[in-house]
Amino acid sequence: MNKLKLVFTLFLTFAKIGAFTFGGGYAMIPLIEKEVIERKKWISEDILLEVIAIAESTPGPIAINSATFIGNRVAGFWGSFAATFGVVLPSFLIIFCLSFILRQFMEFEPVVFAFEGIRVGVLALMIKALVGMYKKAPKGLLGYIIMGLGLILSAFTEIDAVFIIIGAGIAGIISSLIADRKLKKQATGAEDGKKEDKK
Amino acid sequence: MIFLELFLSFLKIGAFTFGGGYAMLPLIMETVVSKGWMSEEALIDFVAVAESTPGPFAINIATYVGSEMGGFFGAVCATLGVVLPSFVIILIVAKCYEKFRKSKLVSGAMTGLKPVVVGLIGAAILSIGVKALGLSSFAFSLSFGLSLLFSLIILVPCLVMAFKKLHPIFIVLISAGLGIGFGYFEKLLATVIS
Repeated sequence: MNKLKLVFTLFLTFAKIGAFTFGGGYAMIPLIEKEVIERKKWISEDILLEVIAIAESTPGPIAINSATFIGNRVAGFWGSFAATFGVVLPSFLIIFCLSFILRQFMEFEPVVFAFEGIRVGVLALMIKALVGMYKKAPKGLLGYIIMGLGLILSAFTEIDAVFIIIGAGIAGIISSLIADRKLKKQATGAEDGKKEDKK
Repeated sequence: MIFLELFLSFLKIGAFTFGGGYAMLPLIMETVVSKGWMSEEALIDFVAVAESTPGPFAINIATYVGSEMGGFFGAVCATLGVVLPSFVIILIVAKCYEKFRKSKLVSGAMTGLKPVVVGLIGAAILSIGVKALGLSSFAFSLSFGLSLLFSLIILVPCLVMAFKKLHPIFIVLISAGLGIGFGYFEKLLATVIS
């Protein structure tokens, strides 16, 4: 009974988070902090930071990743189900209703003009997102090569973006394995050197 | 069958986009444009709608495309598709959390994935920028010069606001207002000249 109540509270809490964050993703984090940490005390601040780190290194929307992870922490599988369902439901309902209205609105002249301006506004938002992601990306030679290759392949060829993403992931794994091996060699090399010194 | 196609397409988007939000946009754009579900311009318009409505962008776009292509059931299939990979992967990660955090494979893959997202978004910006700024209809004419000028007048303050971390909704509202103003101004100008 208690568990059922907890699962239901999870659903309501995440439905509230889903309904009151505009833009999703990182915009959601302050609200998660307030609801899940301060009010419900389900998790600590450290865990939220870990959740964000995990959400960034797993595929999919950050809001879904966070809801699933926190729900699972609090109440196992059904907790994660309730939290994820909760965070999705408000957007789903709102957009589903809106999709009927949106199409009719798009024909109006002022709306057409407004969206011509808005496209430029969205361009600005994308440039901001690009700069933010550039700052977070590793900067070495490999990083720049992958950035450049990703840009060129995506802009000027028909290659499916999924293959570009998979390729970049594999390149990252290979390069870190090579770097690891080099480090180990250096470490063993240094040890050998010490042994010889003792002799 | 449209329902299966919606589900699988959004499953792919959910499974292969890292970083969330705008990082998902290139793959979403490629998928919905190549399937003929949405034009690039319509997708960008929808980004503005998504910024002004609650919830994660990926969910909003999945629901919208799904509902446009296949009604309620289409919306359910697309949304389920984009959510399912994260849900399953996070459940697995939560089970072997320590291993995941210390995994060299994961951190290694991320050193490749973080920069590639930058490249992909860069490409998306190029393609959208050409259209949003009206550069695709390049010609040495008054109307082209004027609309480019207007676009730049909208772009610069929007960029400043974006980097000042103003909420995206304000940027959407202000660029919409400027768009309406310039739209009617151009129309007026056209009637005056002719």
